[in-house]
Amino acid sequence: MTYAAKTLSQGRELIAFRIGEQEFCVNIMAVREIRGWTPATPMPHAPHHVLGVLNLRGAVLPIVDLSLRLGMKAAEPTVRHVIIVAQVGAKIVGLLVDAVSDILTVTDENVQPTPDIASELEKNYARGILAIEGRMICMIELESLFPSIESEAA
Amino acid sequence: MDMNEIKEIFFQECEEQLAELESGLLKLNDGDRDPETVNAVFRAVHSIKGGAGAFGLDELVSFAHVFETTLDCVRSNKLEPNQDVLKVMLKSADVLADLVSASRDGGGVDDARSKQLIRELEALAKGEVPATSDAPAAKPAPAPKAAAPAPVAASPANDEGFQPIPFSFDDFDDEEVPVAPYMPTCEIQFRPKRDLYSKGNEATLLLRDLSRLGEMSIRCDMESLPLLQDMNPEEAYFSWKISVSTEKGEDGVRSVFEFAEWDCDLEVRTIEEEVAASAEDDELPMQPVPFDLSILDDGGEADGDASDEEPAVSTVADVAAVETASNVFQIASARVDAAKDEPRAAVAAQQNASQASAASTAAAPTIRVDLDRVDRLINLVGELVINQAMLSQSVIENDNNGVSSINMGLEELQQLTREIQDSVMAIRAQPVKPVFQRMSRIVREIADVTGKSVRLITEGENTEVDKTVIDKLAEPLTHMIRNAVDHGLETPEKRVAAGKNPEGTVRLTAKHRSGRIVIELADDGGGINREKVRQKAIDNDLIAADANLSDEEIDNLIFHAGFSTADKISDISGRGVGMDVVKRSIQALGGRISISSKPGQGSVFTMSLPLTLAVLDGMVVTVAGQTLVVPLTAIVETLQPEASAIHSFGASQRLISIRNSFCPLVDVGRILNFRSSRANPVEGVALLVESEGGGQRALMVDAIQGQRQVVIKSLEANYSHVPGIAAATILGDGRVALILDVDAVVAASRGQSLKQEMSLAAAG
Repeated sequence: MTYAAKTLSQGRELIAFRIGEQEFCVNIMAVREIRGWTPATPMPHAPHHVLGVLNLRGAVLPIVDLSLRLGMKAAEPTVRHVIIVAQVGAKIVGLLVDAVSDILTVTDENVQPTPDIASELEKNYARGILAIEGRMICMIELESLFPSIESEAA
Repeated sequence: MDMNEIKEIFFQECEEQLAELESGLLKLNDGDRDPETVNAVFRAVHSIKGGAGAFGLDELVSFAHVFETTLDCVRSNKLEPNQDVLKVMLKSADVLADLVSASRDGGGVDDARSKQLIRELEALAKGEVPATSDAPAAKPAPAPKAAAPAPVAASPANDEGFQPIPFSFDDFDDEEVPVAPYMPTCEIQFRPKRDLYSKGNEATLLLRDLSRLGEMSIRCDMESLPLLQDMNPEEAYFSWKISVSTEKGEDGVRSVFEFAEWDCDLEVRTIEEEVAASAEDDELPMQPVPFDLSILDDGGEADGDASDEEPAVSTVADVAAVETASNVFQIASARVDAAKDEPRAAVAAQQNASQASAASTAAAPTIRVDLDRVDRLINLVGELVINQAMLSQSVIENDNNGVSSINMGLEELQQLTREIQDSVMAIRAQPVKPVFQRMSRIVREIADVTGKSVRLITEGENTEVDKTVIDKLAEPLTHMIRNAVDHGLETPEKRVAAGKNPEGTVRLTAKHRSGRIVIELADDGGGINREKVRQKAIDNDLIAADANLSDEEIDNLIFHAGFSTADKISDISGRGVGMDVVKRSIQALGGRISISSKPGQGSVFTMSLPLTLAVLDGMVVTVAGQTLVVPLTAIVETLQPEASAIHSFGASQRLISIRNSFCPLVDVGRILNFRSSRANPVEGVALLVESEGGGQRALMVDAIQGQRQVVIKSLEANYSHVPGIAAATILGDGRVALILDVDAVVAASRGQSLKQEMSLAAAG
């Protein structure tokens, strides 16, 4: 069976990660690599969730504190934190998270719609909820988290 | 390789051919009469035509064909390449370039213009018709007729009706003029290999081209044709034996096969006329099906002799005739007797000859490389340099024994990486010639529109600079050239009145100066009308009516946004795009532009640009614990401020006195928002910078680490533009350092806040 056929029949693969007590996941196709945290070079006048830039084999990689971007408290990065290098549009962004927890394969049936909540922020980025083995994992759409990057790429 | 890639290669080659064409024509225009120059020009058009034919770009082919025909007249000395002729040819080269880019990008072409030029070209070529057909008779005849060719060529406009008959003494004794050109007969053995067809060549087309050379007879050899059931449809079975009488001789024949040479067995043998005649007797089978174009012509010149002149006068109509002819030809070739006659004797010699000619026409030994690949290589080498630095650093930290073999090896590695970096950078370096050449076209066009007579002189066109710089140079240069001709130069009448040569001069020079390329654009026009500029600036509220400005300051006003001195909006200028755009694009390249003008004598624009956009000489400094790189070109000097030199000025400003002048202090750390409190200038270092807007600023940093060449990395690629920051780089320890945008920082210190710019950028 070809890979494409496999993914079609068995569903999408997602990477799940942890920020504090919560779990999130993104499409594995958007993830380029996962690397450890090293101090980033801060940038002037950057939005507060942009921690700075890192050298990714010669390319300048902006690092985003995903916790802050999702409206939660700022991360205090340690060497145990990881950076998920993800492709958003034509650009590459490093997402600082606490840890990567799982690789999931889900079909559309596993995905529950986002509950009707008041907060616009969560409604914006959440693309659904996964209930797996008693855990609740929120599916994130990166494009909606970084609309400016997306629109510049378009 | 798919079709599009092949087509892309064709278009790249077209660019080269067009450049060759233009430079050849310009050389001719300057009085160069080297036959090789004419040949190069001819070859360029011919190659474009050939390639265009293969891709079915009909419009391009038909224009190139007419152009080629006229050039052929020059090549065969039938048309004198004087100024008038060259003017038409240069315009035709422009149209050809337009047609190429239209074929490439699918845009439209000025149809009327190309039609007009086709007419002019045809007129030039046709100017020869009466002369050459009269030629055999003219030789012993009195002068008038024999002298006709030159004047006709010289006056393309009146080719049909009135013909001046000047009296030329030269023609009396000039026996060398080949009035009735010697017509060698070539015997050609043409055996296509399967590759010929698989590469998209078509034997029919080649034979058709051959038929244009002159009288031709042809025989198809079908001996190797297998039975139908044994036939491999992809194999080539036919071969042809052709005899063609052409004034172009063997070279002309070979040029037909230029694109197929490697994919066929080709033997070309020139036979002396007597031999040719006897050969025709011997090979009677050839006679029944002579391939003679002239029988298809509805015109009167039906006999063989007249058709010998075909190539010179062939026009679009003739192309159509050949089209029909090729159908006839197919029938004819199928019918011919398959006799075999191998002129073996000459084969070896011919092959040597063809190899030699191939070598002489071969281009300079270069390869074409995708720019992306070079970029990748440069990136990788940049990485190598950084890694090498990291490695050195950690070895030095861990090994304090001094001279060890590891240290030696590291040093060698360092030297090697530096050399590799230099060589890789050199790959991207290219002469500015193509851009300069493009400018000559712009000058011609503007001169035409404005009715001014302009001469463009270029110097230092072989000065090399990075490809990306060259690519971005064209736009500002075009604009400035337009300005120079439209605003700078006076009309011929005014010039004469001012005691100048009615022909204006625009001089474009390039040279290297201390690691930068300096491009100068000078015109000998009227100079900047300072009174007018000043008035305009006052009208536009740029300056106060009573402002006291120096001449330089007034000149610099033209770089202001929306500033145009043109009284009325013309075709060329006044589109709302002014020198401010030029300045901005030069600045975007990391360059500077300045102007100096003398009333009545003209203006000089000087651009100073970095040689490459990939590396930068920088001063590595520390600001609020962060490492920053300041471009070295911006720094005038560095100094350690003394407490006595720092003066408070008003509520928040501070000035530093340097040699009795006061210069505003700018705290880089605060401007970039790295710290909230003001640093003590005495504890830091001041970098005296020259900003674009003129005027100096002293940038305060905490410490200087040293000078280093850094590889520029784009911030925009993955993030976005950051106000105050030009780009990023990666330091020896692998960390990212930001490169300061000095002009933005200085502008911010003038009150235009970086944050404000930021919010504007975010909004837009």
